Amino acid sequence: MSVVKIDNLHKSFGDLEVLKGIDLEVKKGEVICLIGASGSGKSTLLRCLNLLEEPDAGVVNFEGNILTEPGVNLNKLRTKMGMVFQSFNLFNNMNVLKNCSVGQMKVLKRSKAEAEKIAEKILIEVGLGDFIFSPARVLSGGQKQRVAIARALAMNPDIMLFDEPTSSLDPEMVGEVLDVMKKLANQGMTMIVVTHEMSFAKEVADRVVFMDQGVILEIGKPEEIFANPKEERTKEFLNRIL
Amino acid sequence: MPDSLWGGVWYDIITYWPLFLEGIKNTLLISLTGTVIGFTLSLVIAPMRLLKSTSRDSLLLKIVKKIVRILSTIYVEVLRGTPMIVQAMIIYYTIGRIHPALSWSSPIQCGIFVVSINTAAYISEILRGSIQAIDPGQTEAARSIGMTSTQTMIYVVLPQAIKNSIPAIGNEFVINIKDTSVLMVIAVTELFFSARSVAGIHYRTEEAYIVAAIAYLFMTFTATRVLYWLGKKLDPPVAKAKTKKKLKKLVRRV
Repeated sequence: MSVVKIDNLHKSFGDLEVLKGIDLEVKKGEVICLIGASGSGKSTLLRCLNLLEEPDAGVVNFEGNILTEPGVNLNKLRTKMGMVFQSFNLFNNMNVLKNCSVGQMKVLKRSKAEAEKIAEKILIEVGLGDFIFSPARVLSGGQKQRVAIARALAMNPDIMLFDEPTSSLDPEMVGEVLDVMKKLANQGMTMIVVTHEMSFAKEVADRVVFMDQGVILEIGKPEEIFANPKEERTKEFLNRIL
Repeated sequence: MPDSLWGGVWYDIITYWPLFLEGIKNTLLISLTGTVIGFTLSLVIAPMRLLKSTSRDSLLLKIVKKIVRILSTIYVEVLRGTPMIVQAMIIYYTIGRIHPALSWSSPIQCGIFVVSINTAAYISEILRGSIQAIDPGQTEAARSIGMTSTQTMIYVVLPQAIKNSIPAIGNEFVINIKDTSVLMVIAVTELFFSARSVAGIHYRTEEAYIVAAIAYLFMTFTATRVLYWLGKKLDPPVAKAKTKKKLKKLVRRV
């Protein structure tokens, strides 16, 4: 069963065509890693999935709902698509617990007690049980990113979208975030991860998607892509990065 | 009344202090309520000016948003572009002409109204700048968990924008303390009005206005200090948390 199905997605910023017709289907429980050089359109593709960027043409189908059509209840569907950003984007005016409960209360209309109970449980799972009352601003990068993951998980998403979640972290903090993501993948969460962490892609991904200049150039199991890339561009990219 | 300047000042203070006090009281009342009401109004006006249409909006919604945007812009431009003294005259005398039941029950009431709508225009511009300065990532994160644009504004963007604007809003209050003096033209018994009355008693102008100047300075200086203290008080969660962390580390080391 597919969770997300994208057909012929196009997106331009001014004259620059960033996505030139993307087709992709993501099945339930699948972990997809999007790799490619910067500027290849990975992040834009991810942001088009929950319509943070409005695609110019094409269809995004999420669990049978056509997100790209005008009438859909986008806000309701977005709760089902958790997103984690490169720069964390924790709410600066709230503490850790509030970061993870405000969405539940205001969007899902859960009671404060219920929302905080759920938030606390997830925060403990990501190893931040001791920080629930800390203001978001004082945490380290790795802690912030784990809060961001918890914030998304608190909404009970069916899919998690990760936009270079470890790219702005100090090297020693990358591991703690990747561990949380691995755990999540093992629990069967459907995930799309834009990443430069090739070892993570090798280990966790069910399929790796290589993007180049706005198109999907190659798609396959990690062992295929990393060991026997078919396309010349993929080889070049992997040689540069590995 | 003594002939010397400072003797006259002292005479004015000890003789007419109830008059000055009445003026100080009204000046503070008008500038404080005016700033509070103006600030409250600006919380609505600033987001109105920043309403953006998206390609998802229906045509009707797009038109409504555009109208709201235009109206709020007109509001701000008109109030910022005309002197408060002129606004006071127009508002004080025209309201009664629209309908007799609408006329002001007292000049002070009208004064508070004028200062409020003026402050709203200025603070909404301050807030607009602060809202635009908030990292767009905050909005994206809020939208990504399903918040509407209104919820995002209320729970995420505005609280941060307000906090960043507190020094500038405090400054508006200090400006209001001084600018309420123009309300003298509609016979509000604020401090300037009191000074003018006292000056008229002995036809000794300088002395009365020196007293007024001292009183204004006293009020603005006190307000500035209080605001500074408030600003500091509102800010320290980071510092506090950091010290706590440091303490914890220390404890662990020991």
